[in-house]
Amino acid sequence: MIEIKDLHKSYRMGSNSLHVLKGLNLSIKEGELVAIMGSSGSGKSTLLNILGMLDEADSGAYNLDGVPIKNLNETKAAKYRNKFLGFIFQSFNLINYKSAVENVALPLYYQKVNRKERQEKAMKYLEKVGLKEWADHLPSELSGGQKQRVAIARAMAAEPKVLLADELTGALDSKTSYEIMDLIQEINDGGKTILIVTHEPDIANMCKRIVHLKDGVIVEDTFVEQVRALEYVQ
Amino acid sequence: MFSRDRWQEIFQTISKNRLRTFLSGFTVALGIFIFTVLFGMGNGLKNTFNEFFMDDATNTFFIFPGRTSMPYKGFKKDRQIEFRNDDLEDIKKDFALYLDHITPRISKSALARYKGESNTYTTRAVAPSHQIMEKTIIMKGRYINEKDIKDQAKNIVIGRLVEIDLFGRSENALGKFLEVGGVIYKVVGVFQDDGGDNEERYIYMPYTTRQLLDKGTDKIDQIILTYKTDIGYAGAMAFDTSLFKYLKEKHKVAPQDQNGIYLRNTADIVKRNMMFANVLQWVVIFVGIGTLIAGVIGISNIMVFVVKERTKELGIRKALGATPASVIGLVLQESIFITTIAGYIGLVLGVGILSIMGNSFKEDYFITNPQVGMDVVITATLILILFGVIAGYVPARRAARVKPIVALRDE
Repeated sequence: MIEIKDLHKSYRMGSNSLHVLKGLNLSIKEGELVAIMGSSGSGKSTLLNILGMLDEADSGAYNLDGVPIKNLNETKAAKYRNKFLGFIFQSFNLINYKSAVENVALPLYYQKVNRKERQEKAMKYLEKVGLKEWADHLPSELSGGQKQRVAIARAMAAEPKVLLADELTGALDSKTSYEIMDLIQEINDGGKTILIVTHEPDIANMCKRIVHLKDGVIVEDTFVEQVRALEYVQ
Repeated sequence: MFSRDRWQEIFQTISKNRLRTFLSGFTVALGIFIFTVLFGMGNGLKNTFNEFFMDDATNTFFIFPGRTSMPYKGFKKDRQIEFRNDDLEDIKKDFALYLDHITPRISKSALARYKGESNTYTTRAVAPSHQIMEKTIIMKGRYINEKDIKDQAKNIVIGRLVEIDLFGRSENALGKFLEVGGVIYKVVGVFQDDGGDNEERYIYMPYTTRQLLDKGTDKIDQIILTYKTDIGYAGAMAFDTSLFKYLKEKHKVAPQDQNGIYLRNTADIVKRNMMFANVLQWVVIFVGIGTLIAGVIGISNIMVFVVKERTKELGIRKALGATPASVIGLVLQESIFITTIAGYIGLVLGVGILSIMGNSFKEDYFITNPQVGMDVVITATLILILFGVIAGYVPARRAARVKPIVALRDE
């Protein structure tokens, strides 16, 4: 599903050049649930940005579902993002004046799906995250966990190949975090490829594979026995 | 660009962000409102000016006799020049090519009396063509005609306000007999004049009647004539020069004498007045442009603020697959929509205020019929929309270029 070879990325800071990614190789198959760990400055956010087509690598190859991702202009990147990727953010990033169902329907709007179908699909995914009754509520009327569920429903609504989550539990207490991870595991059980950037070991252990980044290189890449989040819920 | 979905998206944004909508709408509405009102009042000033100074015929010469200041051909200086009826005839005969209309005018103040009411008015003894030169409008009856001149008839035409003064508002003066300066005249007409109240307090009578009453003299105070407009400004100046010379020669006034005969050519005055009217026009335009610039600055500020406020939202939309073009389009279409509606509201309010004002400021502030041409206001609105678009486009493009990850970064 995701194939990166010899990925390099540096940022110019004045006269100095900061080499952030120093030749990464990573292959992620369909249906994997991968945690990317590392301290701040290890390059994990940069990697996620490149995977999310929000940033471009200096050299190296990136294939997403067999499509080479390179030389993208903004418009093309937007289309690929819409088609291939669903984002989940630490701070939810819901549009505050839109109701839950409208937020979920937004990526479908950019896929030019007609209004009726948008509404139906959005309701379907809200139901999947257990928030059908909250469909007409504004984000400000929802709890943190509910907001993140809406965000997950939104990321799922476009039916992307890969979900990219950036510290998705960072703003939540541990009980809610586990509930969210339970949902993520459920979605992954359905066959969706999911990448999670996190620095919390317990969250990482709920994934199937942990990739450790340090100073721009992968220092460890292990498949782990998945801890089911459901055990911690209730 | 004009899909129903896009509009729904915009209407939702507008209705859910009332303060923002109100701020940008208010700026534009206020700008157009002030523009309309100021521009309208400027036009009102101009109208007043035109009414005061552009009322009478503009192709007119006024000729007055004076007192000579130089001896000439055996005459001493300080001789009073007098015009007579034969001057009229001579000018008619010798300047037929230039001349359009000619009339004498003998002005005299006289007490007019009808039943218990009396008042002093200026009487003007004239020929029928005087009506054309003063642009006198007959309300009822008729003006002095050639038959009155020939018969030396005791017929008069009175101003609207003379009728009101002497006959009251209810009584009709037409056909009544009025005593003016001790002589009884029949009122054959009532007139109005756009030149203001003073012009409506005159009494016109045949000049021959006045001469008969002045012991059969054929003296006339002044000669007023209009020239054919197709001779143009240059032709008018040439006519001016040759007529002046002709009259000086006829009345034996030294060619260099400035005081024997006076000739006032309105072509010059008209030119001066036009220049003043143009200055007024420029003031009006300046005020308009100033208001527009203020409006443009206002809407620009608001647009920058709006885009800044939406940076995060636009970043989210981009992460969800919005193309830069659709982000820019969303912002601009919304701003154009708000600006157009608000501009229209400002326009309607402004025109409303102007029509309520109407002529109520005429007496004190010299604003007559303040109005704005629709074309002017629509152009102004379009300019505001255009600048709103430019002012929105620059930050919108920047917002569309910002990487979503930057826009979404937590503050």
